[in-house]
Amino acid sequence: MVFAEQNESVIHPVTFELLGKGRELADRLGVDLSAVLLGYGVEDEAFNLIRHGADRVYLFEDRSLKEFDAVRYKENIVPLLREVKPSVFLVGATRIGRSLAPRVAAALRTGLTADCTDLDVDEEGNLIQVRPAFSGNIMAVIRTRTRPQIATVRYKVMKPPEPDPKRRGEIIRRDVKVVKDSGLRILKKEPVRGVDLTEAEVIVSCGRGVKRREDLVIFKELAAVLGGVFGSSRPLVDCGWVERERQVGFSGNVVKPKVYIACGISGSPQHLFGMRDSDVIIAINKDPSAPIFNVADYGFVGDMYEIVPLLVKKIKNLERACLDRS
Amino acid sequence: MVKQVPDIESVRFDLETGRLDRSSAEGVTNPFDLNALEVGVQIKERLGGRITAISMGPPKAESTLRDCLARGADRAILLTDRRFAGADTLATSYTLACAIRELGRFDLIVCGEKTLDGDTAQVGPEVAELLGVPHVSYVEEVVAFTHERITVKSDIGRFHYIYELRYPCLITVTKNVNIPRLPTLKDKILARKARVEVWDAERLSRVAEPDRFGLKGSPTTVVKVFSSLPSGRRGVILEGDAEELADRLLNVLREVGALKMEKGGT
Repeated sequence: MVFAEQNESVIHPVTFELLGKGRELADRLGVDLSAVLLGYGVEDEAFNLIRHGADRVYLFEDRSLKEFDAVRYKENIVPLLREVKPSVFLVGATRIGRSLAPRVAAALRTGLTADCTDLDVDEEGNLIQVRPAFSGNIMAVIRTRTRPQIATVRYKVMKPPEPDPKRRGEIIRRDVKVVKDSGLRILKKEPVRGVDLTEAEVIVSCGRGVKRREDLVIFKELAAVLGGVFGSSRPLVDCGWVERERQVGFSGNVVKPKVYIACGISGSPQHLFGMRDSDVIIAINKDPSAPIFNVADYGFVGDMYEIVPLLVKKIKNLERACLDRS
Repeated sequence: MVKQVPDIESVRFDLETGRLDRSSAEGVTNPFDLNALEVGVQIKERLGGRITAISMGPPKAESTLRDCLARGADRAILLTDRRFAGADTLATSYTLACAIRELGRFDLIVCGEKTLDGDTAQVGPEVAELLGVPHVSYVEEVVAFTHERITVKSDIGRFHYIYELRYPCLITVTKNVNIPRLPTLKDKILARKARVEVWDAERLSRVAEPDRFGLKGSPTTVVKVFSSLPSGRRGVILEGDAEELADRLLNVLREVGALKMEKGGT
């Protein structure tokens, strides 16, 4: 079963990725794939879940469920899991998922494995869960001896399936357990006007190679002329030069852009974890032995302080030439 | 004069720097837990109350509890016992929850969002569930607090939320929530002489089912570990002077379709 996360009646894309993986696991185990959706006014999205592979959607609709509340959601999900007894329960490793899944797991006294990067089943039908540990320095393979086996998976780790508009499934409306007072009240909700690296197609990222805060402008300009987003590895965020939302790595964002340009980044496992699935990785670093070159499709050994400004100039010249032509 | 007892639970310590050989590295207090403790100290400064730091770990984790005493905790308890060992997050949460229940009434439990070695961020919410209290994870800011409630800011996706929680409750905090103050030399000296209580499984027997501690109480097990270093993607490595490299890089960007002007043509 997959937990379908929604906010403002929009399904979080990680849900579709989980349905994709869930479908694969369900087919291997010869069982159905279901989804559970809680909210208010979200019925249309239930059909969306079916189009992405769910055979069945358990729908809980009530005003009290409109906004995420860990206790209210848990109070409805746990009895469902006890009744349906899925072998596996997948939840996105988002803030909501990481707040909800542990409560569900503790209530069911079952195992929870966080941040899985890979899921498979063995010959006996047990879930094989692979996750990073020690800040991304090692990978651990985990088995759960209880049921359901609960795992959270980060956004952009699994592949989303192609939706099939002709796909049919069941929508089962469940009676909602209304928790009048969960001890939690939402006083305010406002949109964040922030940077979203996870959706960027091009990311230009800097690391310790940057000597001064003012120098960041050089690399931000490269990001700008490429129509991309500026990112950074952890050290620059830790010293306050770059906002946390721009951090790429295990403790920051996991990104999969078309092009990732790493400037002055050595390539610690912690950082690689956040960008190694980018389509094309380009690295610029003075040090030929920097580990980043082991994952780069194109590595440039040189001084980024020289190369990048030259590159920006060339790109601008090209743009001017194109404009002149038209 | 305040009857409030903010209980602070400092969860899981010991960052092992680098290698997997735990015995070779010194244990340090999980950085997020210092932020958690500072939250408690700031509340105590304004409202009064008592802070208890609790940790489950091997005997050497005592140093971390002493660190908590130096930084403002009034009481420190180390849960240590061979029977607690080998615990996954569920068993750890169970052990901590039992100890908290044994301690009696509490108003607020504060933990760090996660640990640097386990990285699961699960123990806080699991303890909240086992104790039957509401929680908010990833608190970025403590906005206000009274003797009855605490108001916090936390982000979910593209939204800022301001939540109000009634005691008893639990919050997990991010590094943004505050800057933990450093203990003074005097604090450290006093802490060295202070008592860290050590509780074993027997001490919890009144409230606990021992089968739920440690390895026995752990539904998940690590089957194996392997290095996460990615293999064999290494591509073309180019050297040369800056002008040449800038040209080659420009070509690469053109080839991979990263140049704006090449897209969508005129």
